Amino acid sequence: MDAAAIHQRLKVRFEAGVGDCDLQAKDPFIMVEPAAIVDVSRFLHDDPELRFDCLSNQSGVDYKAKGVIEVVYHLFSYPQRHHIVLKVDAPRDHPEVPTVEGVWKAANWHEREIYDLLGVVFTGHSDLRRLLMPEDWIGHPLRKDFVEPEEYHGISTRRESLLR
Amino acid sequence: MSLAGFEVEVQQTGSTGLETEEMTLNMGPQHPSTHGVLRFVVKADGEVMREAVPDVGYLHRSIEKISEKVGYHGFMPYTDRVDYVAAMFCNQGWGMVCEKLAGIEVPKRGEYCRVIAAEFNRISSHLLSVGTMVLDIGATTPFFHAFREREKINDLLEELCGARLTYNYMRIGGVAWDLPPGYAEKCLAFLDAFEPLIDEYDDLITYNTIYLGRVADVAAITGEEAINYNLVGPNLRASGIKYDVRRDEPYSVYSELEFDVPVGTGEQGTVGDCFDRYIVRMREMRESCRILRQCFKQMPGGPVIAKVPRKFKPPAGDAYIRVESARGDMGWYAVSDGSEFPYRCKVRTGSFAAMSIIDKVSRGLMLADLVAVIASLDIVAPEVDR
Repeated sequence: MDAAAIHQRLKVRFEAGVGDCDLQAKDPFIMVEPAAIVDVSRFLHDDPELRFDCLSNQSGVDYKAKGVIEVVYHLFSYPQRHHIVLKVDAPRDHPEVPTVEGVWKAANWHEREIYDLLGVVFTGHSDLRRLLMPEDWIGHPLRKDFVEPEEYHGISTRRESLLR
Repeated sequence: MSLAGFEVEVQQTGSTGLETEEMTLNMGPQHPSTHGVLRFVVKADGEVMREAVPDVGYLHRSIEKISEKVGYHGFMPYTDRVDYVAAMFCNQGWGMVCEKLAGIEVPKRGEYCRVIAAEFNRISSHLLSVGTMVLDIGATTPFFHAFREREKINDLLEELCGARLTYNYMRIGGVAWDLPPGYAEKCLAFLDAFEPLIDEYDDLITYNTIYLGRVADVAAITGEEAINYNLVGPNLRASGIKYDVRRDEPYSVYSELEFDVPVGTGEQGTVGDCFDRYIVRMREMRESCRILRQCFKQMPGGPVIAKVPRKFKPPAGDAYIRVESARGDMGWYAVSDGSEFPYRCKVRTGSFAAMSIIDKVSRGLMLADLVAVIASLDIVAPEVDR
């Protein structure tokens, strides 16, 4: 099924919860409201014609100028062999998105990583701890306004350039 | 306490009459079987694991953050470090995602060069994987045999691009250099020598009773579970799912090449056990040899790289591509804002998913099986942490 047909089905089922679909993009994507993401995911996963049984990739992008952090879901269906991309915009100063861990187990670690690096809080997540950075790290490094601390536990993060 | 009282106390502790206590053990970050730096916190009841929680991040080198600072061309050498055991695929992934963003087409010969380099890299990565797997389990000899051949592939790749591990061979739009003179003959000679050696590995270890005892029926993963956790590549195929990006969503020139996709059948136990994951890799090496032979036969002439501007500025937008790496479907997501620097780059790797399933599959296994599980899932720690 192509992106336009999938969007049509979602629009009929969820109305306001599902936003526009960009068919001109390299990978067509559908905008979804944060509040609706779990239901939309569940529907995409369970519907026999859609059967998106695999969350290929989940990532976050900080759009500082727009004031949002976008969570991007790349879905794939092994039985139907089709793709779709979902995007959820969360406000940058208070990013909260419900977890889809209950639909795809793979989301557990992806969401921990996005929380770690971009500071998106996935509500309802079973184990929302930092994944890559140390537990006591301050800040979220992939945010565009992140400033590296000058030291971490007395270890300097500054180094003279060897090229100078 | 009287002797009589003591006897009563022992009887109260359980049907076996022995007092047991749950232990928390630390495995890693430096442990020979972790192939890199990673750590498990294992809760064990005697020899039986109750849970094994992975603690990752020891090899986090902020590669995704670096991409935002170094520009599109400049990021290519960094991609080698995402998975330094199979760096060609990372090169190819980054190249492909940039080409998709900018709408560049790679010349035919360039694509063949990529496939040749990538398939050699797949064999060397699988050799490392199966070699260290049997070593971790306790068989020393096959490891040396596997590494003997891996060295020869390293020599071939060194001749191709000057490096033995972090190749930096591919560029956006193609590859850096054409094959050196006489390269095809050398490669074919290697393949002639190598293919019979796969049978030798089978004789040495594959159907060895002690080895089978350690891997058959251990940590079986069902196809449904594998998909839900997004296992990819050999780990997915071992669970019986016949899916290979090269065959099912052909990129590069894979649609012109013939090869089979081996899947796990549970021939020594359950479908998706450690043995299936091992044997799928052994069989994939043969398929890679087949692909390589076809490549040398049908490779066209012409340029190996498209014209790509030095100041590479793809139009604003995002793109996602999938490459069948040695560790399976590797996803590259890149966002461009129209400037010289990528706005965001995310790599979704096979080991990342494989690592997250360990906690689930290791429950109830013996402590020594954890080593077999890590090795059979072919986890390379830098790929998890990036």
